[in-house]
Amino acid sequence: MTFTIPIDNGDALKNAEADSQRTLYPYVTGTSIVAIKYKDGVLMASDMGGSYGSTLRYKNIERVKAIGKHSLLGASGEISDFQEILRYLDELVLNDNMWDDGNSLGPKEVHNYLTRVMYNRRNKFNPLWNTLVLGGVKNGESYLGMVSMIGVSFEDNHVATGFGNHLARPILRDEWRADLSFEDGVKLLEKCMRVLLYRDRSAINKLQIAKITEEGVTVSQPYSLKTFWEFQAFHNPTAGAQGSW
Amino acid sequence: MFRNQYDTDVTTWSPTGRLFQVEYAMEAVKQGSAAIGLRSRSHVVLASVNKAQSELSSHQRKIFKVDDHIGVAIAGLTADGRVLSRYMRSESINHSFTYESPLPVGRLVVRLADKAQVCTQRSWKRPYGVGLLVGGLDESGAHLYYNCPSGNYFEYQAFAIGSRSQAAKTYLERRFESFNESSREDLIKDAILAIRETLQGETLKSSLCTVSVLGVDEPFHFLDQESIQKVIDTFEKVPEEEEDGGEAEAEAAAAPTEQGGAGDQDVAPMEM
Repeated sequence: MTFTIPIDNGDALKNAEADSQRTLYPYVTGTSIVAIKYKDGVLMASDMGGSYGSTLRYKNIERVKAIGKHSLLGASGEISDFQEILRYLDELVLNDNMWDDGNSLGPKEVHNYLTRVMYNRRNKFNPLWNTLVLGGVKNGESYLGMVSMIGVSFEDNHVATGFGNHLARPILRDEWRADLSFEDGVKLLEKCMRVLLYRDRSAINKLQIAKITEEGVTVSQPYSLKTFWEFQAFHNPTAGAQGSW
Repeated sequence: MFRNQYDTDVTTWSPTGRLFQVEYAMEAVKQGSAAIGLRSRSHVVLASVNKAQSELSSHQRKIFKVDDHIGVAIAGLTADGRVLSRYMRSESINHSFTYESPLPVGRLVVRLADKAQVCTQRSWKRPYGVGLLVGGLDESGAHLYYNCPSGNYFEYQAFAIGSRSQAAKTYLERRFESFNESSREDLIKDAILAIRETLQGETLKSSLCTVSVLGVDEPFHFLDQESIQKVIDTFEKVPEEEEDGGEAEAEAAAAPTEQGGAGDQDVAPMEM
């Protein structure tokens, strides 16, 4: 995927230097994040894969991280840009703590800060190649929102990135309820992640589910989903086929 | 305070460890007309005396809205006050834009204080000649701060600044312990009564004062003349029977003037 802007001054050397500073395409990418609000807070699921193009190069990448006391950030897209964003947020949280005054950044503030960052980078034609999911709980109120690499930002009861938008959101639209218990929430997320595992080629069978409530953040240990490949249609897939398909 | 050889520059210490220029700046605050602030757990009221240059002119604005949840009342050089109010509005709106959430008032006053401090440590600057009573809301409730030209800031339950503010302070000192639990209406009434203390016998009319309120479910706004007059009518009707009225007269006579002897006529035109 190329992403260059034509600049019309004849100086090829200057142009090359200028372009090599911009993000042109992502290299190591994470796939979908799926997140839902539930009774006590927010649940966020992601797998631990980092793809290098079509190769599943890294299998132990944590794509969901706690931010401050009240938020959880999940990212899909370029992993190095995600790490850069974590550094920005680290500085933000540090400065917030240094005030030492009883006020603290909530998920809404972090979400809006990220929206500003993403949109400003997009305006400079040098985007951070991520779709971010920001969830959190503050003063009893749950918050769940999303920011894309071009700065599109919104809140919802359930969000997903990448393939998750096409495969997981329809399931969530049918089956999400405001009063989901923790167990039901996890079951619902696992249902979505299983579909993604079957159908998204960049997904791997090693996932983490993170939970954030008023008490704080817990990220589960990585685990695998049970899959079933013994469908009749798979046994002799080419029977009755005409041509090579 | 008398002239001495250490008071020319703000960057010159006196042998006793004082910065006289900063102290002179604080004198300027005392020359301005009174401004009062008080707070309860959920509301902050800022009130000021409307003083006009002459009968022909309108009165100077001394209370400014900084944001829905922050207001400021000033005393001293109004020009300095106006500039600082603009700074506060700017900080507040920039925070709102980035974080979509109101700037905690405690953080605003620290920035204001740091800005004032810079002027006490540069030989080419002078301290701001204005005291600011900043009232606002925070995660932890309502707050009232006083920002000094020295760069110090203090949090108060209630405070008064400007000329004849001592009378108001005495009144507030007697009543402040109940302010935290006060209702919004009582808080407004106390503010207007405190203003009355600074008028020293002049009849209190709604045209003489400006009152503003902000609270947990109430964005900053000014009270209109009618509402103020209504509150005044509840106590001005029976001035002799009113216990506070009698004491106020005695207090006003006894209250020391902190202007160093300068009467109203000697107030510099740039200060209100």
